Amino acid sequence: MELTLFILVALAAVTSALLVVIGKNPVYSVLFLVSAFFCLAILYVMLGAPFVAALQVIVYAGAIMVLFLFVVMLLNLRDAQSWDVTGSMRRWIGFATAGAVLLVALAAVRGVFDPGASLRPEMGNAESIGSALFTRFLLPFEVASILLLTAIIGVVTLLKRDNAKSQAKGGEA
Amino acid sequence: MKPTLEMYLILSAVIFAIGVTGVLTRRNALIIFMSVELMLNAANLTLVAYSRFLPDVSGQIFVFFVMAVAAAEVAVGLAIIVAVFRQKESVDIDKVNLMKW
Repeated sequence: MELTLFILVALAAVTSALLVVIGKNPVYSVLFLVSAFFCLAILYVMLGAPFVAALQVIVYAGAIMVLFLFVVMLLNLRDAQSWDVTGSMRRWIGFATAGAVLLVALAAVRGVFDPGASLRPEMGNAESIGSALFTRFLLPFEVASILLLTAIIGVVTLLKRDNAKSQAKGGEA
Repeated sequence: MKPTLEMYLILSAVIFAIGVTGVLTRRNALIIFMSVELMLNAANLTLVAYSRFLPDVSGQIFVFFVMAVAAAEVAVGLAIIVAVFRQKESVDIDKVNLMKW
């Protein structure tokens, strides 16, 4: 039963991921990426990590993908909607490299040692994650907040328009 | 029957390889970015799978940090894409060779 669910969700995740990569329209790619993230959230629930699953839906599928969608809508990409793969040789080198990565990963994963521990549902709830986050991982947690602050300041400075410059351009674009 | 650790790792490897394909074969900077997100998520799946089978909560904490880094990376990356788009009117990475010698 659980195996059937896993196979269904895994197939949905792989299909969505493929459609992200081969899609012509970036808007569709964003939507398929959201669907792939939802599939992964289901897998996280099956793995006994409901808190991570909630984060996946709220932060990834919610916040990050909305940012993506916003930028895709902001940039008018009507002319860039054709199938924009790279040139023939570079494309085949890309496929070969990805295939090599897949082969190496599968070879590494094959017959991996399975500790076979039983599922501990209390491990993935908000309480245990929170207590670990604010005791053992307090320093990384604070560093992450500095990282996010840096990112906010960086984005604002990157996209801030020079007033004199934009007036010279007549406020176009 | 329940899915084993190996199945989760194989799924993760496949999703990662799809992400690599996207990065190496597409020219649209936005699609390349989404492929990077796919690869990050494949890594997250590995971490959560090991966290369940070991069992140790550290893997899930690590996923939390990966998400924080991914949020920062997406914000800065999309800002760079928008800044480049303002200059070049394009998100085609072949047309963005500012740093090419």
